[in-house]
Amino acid sequence: MDTPFVIAGRTFRSRLIVGTGKYSSHTVMRQAHEASGADMVTVAVRRVNISDRSRESLLDYIDEKRIFLLPNTAGCYTADEAIRTAKLGREAGLGDWVKLEEIGDERTLFPDNEALIEATRALVKDGFVVLPYTNDDPIACRKLEEAGASAVMPLGAPIGSGLGIQNANNIRIIREFSKVPVIVDAGVGTASDAALAMELGADGVLMNTAIAGAGQPVQMAESMRHAVIAGRLAYLSGRIPRKMYATASSPVEGMVGR
Amino acid sequence: MQITLNGERFELERPMTMLDLLARLDIDPRRVAIEHNLEIIRRRTFESAVVQEGDRVEIVNAVGGG
Repeated sequence: MDTPFVIAGRTFRSRLIVGTGKYSSHTVMRQAHEASGADMVTVAVRRVNISDRSRESLLDYIDEKRIFLLPNTAGCYTADEAIRTAKLGREAGLGDWVKLEEIGDERTLFPDNEALIEATRALVKDGFVVLPYTNDDPIACRKLEEAGASAVMPLGAPIGSGLGIQNANNIRIIREFSKVPVIVDAGVGTASDAALAMELGADGVLMNTAIAGAGQPVQMAESMRHAVIAGRLAYLSGRIPRKMYATASSPVEGMVGR
Repeated sequence: MQITLNGERFELERPMTMLDLLARLDIDPRRVAIEHNLEIIRRRTFESAVVQEGDRVEIVNAVGGG
């Protein structure tokens, strides 16, 4: 029997969290969200397009009665910038949860731990529920938890890389160290990556490009739904130990003619 | 008069409230946040905050992201 997926006192039905970026259309996004079964989606906070008001609002395509919004601070490089973005998101009616991103390097989009911890502390103090996107570093995760993070979200691989879980053992260690939920965020390329994250003990998986960038996003979203469920069940079921040599599955006695 | 709106120069005929500015830009006030001269302004003050010559205004909303 599984325990419910709870973050900061809020229960989610699905352990899969999906993004809203990079879809070919809002309609495809909505269909992918439905197929994924996710009840939390991330959004970015950006300037309104002043010159072209014809574009429909993203939020018209998200059923907020069923789906919880998690605004991010994507693209922020300093604690001040991220805090400003988080506050703007809250004021825009997106709620007081934030997926905190503090980018430290343009090419890898790896997080800047120092700024991340500083911004986590400040935003928690200001009443935010902070879910920081972090390196797959158990010590950084521990410090974020001490700073008041409601979950830690270690990366599996660089954002949008589709490389899968690069340091499986660290994810396992982070799970063991953490008292808050661990959500593997970024790096998933295909269903087996998501399943592996869950098998390692992650409480959830967050992805965007793996679905939005797939040849058939809606079908990929469905596969991710199954992968996360399968990985979670496998984790809870207690896998067999790995052995070097074979152990027969069929009886060795009673062979015909021996 | 000129203001800086989302980083661009923008021409306005006269000072106006944030609510009037949003109406002029055809923006639904329920779905945006506004920074007025680097200060985030509360939604309930959209009606009273006035945009003046030379002000810097940022209007943001939710867009697709991961």
